[in-house]
Amino acid sequence: MENFLQQLINGVTLGAIYGLIAIGYTMVFGIIGMVNFAHGDVFMLSAFIALIIYLAMTQILGVTALGLVFLIVLVCAMALTALWNWAIERVAYRPLRGSFRLAPLISAIGMSIFLANFVQVVQGPRNKPVPPIFTDVIHVTSGGAFDVTLSYKQILIVGVTGVLLLAFWYLVQKTALGRAQRACEQDRTMAALLGVDVDRTISLTFIIGAALAAVAGTLYMMYYGVVNFSDGFTPGVKAFTAAVLGGIGSLPGAVIGGLLIGLIETFWSAYFSSDYKDVAAFSILVITLIFMPSGLLGRPEVEKV
Amino acid sequence: MSPSMSITRALREAGFAGLVAAGLAFPILTLGTEMDQSNRLVLEQRWSWMAIAAGLVFVGRFLVLAFARKPARAAPHTGARVLSPALAAALPRAGVIALFLFPMVMLFWLGPQGSLKWINNYGVQILIYVMLGWGLNIVVGLAGLLDLGYVAFYAVGAYTYALLSTHFGLSFWICLPLAGLMAASWGAMLGFPVLRLRGDYLAIVTLAFGEIVSAVLTNWSDFSNGKAGIMSIPRITFFGLPFNANENGFAATFGLEFQAIHRTIFLFYLILALALITHVVTLRLRALPVGRAWEALREDEIACRSLGINTVNTKLTAFALGAMFAGFAGSFFAVRQGFVNPDSFTFMESATILAIVVLGGMGSQLGVALAAVVMVGGTEVLRELTFLKQIFGSSFDPSLYRMLLFGLAMVVMMIWRPRGLISSRAPSVFLAQKKSVSGTHVQEGHG
Repeated sequence: MENFLQQLINGVTLGAIYGLIAIGYTMVFGIIGMVNFAHGDVFMLSAFIALIIYLAMTQILGVTALGLVFLIVLVCAMALTALWNWAIERVAYRPLRGSFRLAPLISAIGMSIFLANFVQVVQGPRNKPVPPIFTDVIHVTSGGAFDVTLSYKQILIVGVTGVLLLAFWYLVQKTALGRAQRACEQDRTMAALLGVDVDRTISLTFIIGAALAAVAGTLYMMYYGVVNFSDGFTPGVKAFTAAVLGGIGSLPGAVIGGLLIGLIETFWSAYFSSDYKDVAAFSILVITLIFMPSGLLGRPEVEKV
Repeated sequence: MSPSMSITRALREAGFAGLVAAGLAFPILTLGTEMDQSNRLVLEQRWSWMAIAAGLVFVGRFLVLAFARKPARAAPHTGARVLSPALAAALPRAGVIALFLFPMVMLFWLGPQGSLKWINNYGVQILIYVMLGWGLNIVVGLAGLLDLGYVAFYAVGAYTYALLSTHFGLSFWICLPLAGLMAASWGAMLGFPVLRLRGDYLAIVTLAFGEIVSAVLTNWSDFSNGKAGIMSIPRITFFGLPFNANENGFAATFGLEFQAIHRTIFLFYLILALALITHVVTLRLRALPVGRAWEALREDEIACRSLGINTVNTKLTAFALGAMFAGFAGSFFAVRQGFVNPDSFTFMESATILAIVVLGGMGSQLGVALAAVVMVGGTEVLRELTFLKQIFGSSFDPSLYRMLLFGLAMVVMMIWRPRGLISSRAPSVFLAQKKSVSGTHVQEGHG
């Protein structure tokens, strides 16, 4: 029982991170129908940016108030990662609208390889251990086989994710930008005819996706305490799995998918074998795509000639 | 061609691009994370990098805007030729002859010691990638199926030979066809359920398969000996004659003095033969109905289905054939290295092969071969250039920059020449002369 509760806590924490990344995949797929292969590496880049800003704040500027540091790191990482993704979309994807079917995907794969190796070249190939922050834990139960703990980090991750998801939901559902985005998703040509600036809306989609990925990156960096240039790939594929499982194109689906993948991975490692936890996630991706391509909450795809 | 834009406007836009570059460079370039003596991360400030990045982008963008002609909107279906048709026709034949002569020339020029590196690092290494590129070209270039897990079949081939030879003592010449068959049946098995998926889903599923195969090879120690891999795989024999100094060895049988280079030269001709077989089979298949169906499928799947082509079977043959050639290449890899471990079969390997196919021009055999020469050989050449070490410091390692450039090149190719550098996508069937059809038979008036 204690084990189950502890794994549940860990799984939800991990799922929150996957969910944040998955939103970026699902939004981009919804609006331009492209698997943004580089999104996982944008997430990795954001973790590096967050790490560097954190070190700069604590070492060079000497700020000690942890809450303030965390807030500034988060905001800076969101802004800078958004700038990166905006530039990536401008350079690598926008010129390819109207090119052949696989062109944007190949370009995104190229971008993904570029980003991972760029970070390797400029920051070095070694693991970067992060000085621990928010180390306090709360003992949820005590006296059993072992104490079920809930760390401040986990509370922070779930809390920040929840708040940002609410803000994001408000943005998509209640603002003019969200309306334009949903319009582009349904029919880009029609939206353009009705006065929606499609290019700008797509740019903003990439910016929002990157900002959420940066939140995930900051939390990931803090939670695991180590980042590496190759960290984008596996979480990226898992978050994509989450987006597919939830129904690609569906925003609540991405969050639910993220939580499910986080829980499945955690419980798989706890009860079966941690060696094969990636295999479990990849198998879910394959099985979902073969048997349930529209996912849990997605709309079935209609083929038009 | 439209005239280049005014200088002031170009300056303004280039300034904007430079500012963006400075913004992108801010933390990731300007502050490097280093470990100090006590294994603590400290920051190293290098603000000049930011200025360099911004300056480069500014100058580059300005030159492009002010002086380059505006590129014509990329028309995806017209082939852009870099080579003249006569040269493009002569190049393959000359290339094959040059390849046949290459080891001999090297041997006479540099002697058995000096030529070893050239034949092995350049010849054999490049030819493996040429073969893999041609194999993947069947799947990606001809059938238009983006396969991101191609290296899985390469791994199947390598482990088939490694396991069969170490456990059952089977020779390479029996294992080679078995490895191909094994990889092809894995291709068919994995392909069957997923080939109904549309383009980018298929790409992701193949990626997942590739990762699953590599994870299983890493973790299932009883089967594949895990991360350590399989050691002391039997070496290649000259159809049964081992390459050693013994009485019954290759050198003694043919009355030659024993030299290590014999094996390398034999490996070179072997991979050359395998690559050429891949090439010839592909060329012949393109002229068969199935090859035409592949190309039709690449252009328009819905039209194919409407015309009664069994798309699943057509895709499956392409997938299985591509996998088979990867299997051949894999068993060759195993016999050449003498050991295999999962590190050789990562996603980056798949990405490298895909980059070769994409840069060579999907569908173009010559382009893929040239791309492999440039990309694999180019890295080796960069490693040789000692003056680069003097400029960039002794820790300069060009292979670090290889994937960086591959990635960038893939993006640039998609924007600039989506059909590759030498896109020779000549239609395999065409009408000899233009025929006019009577207006009564077509709606628009003439056809």
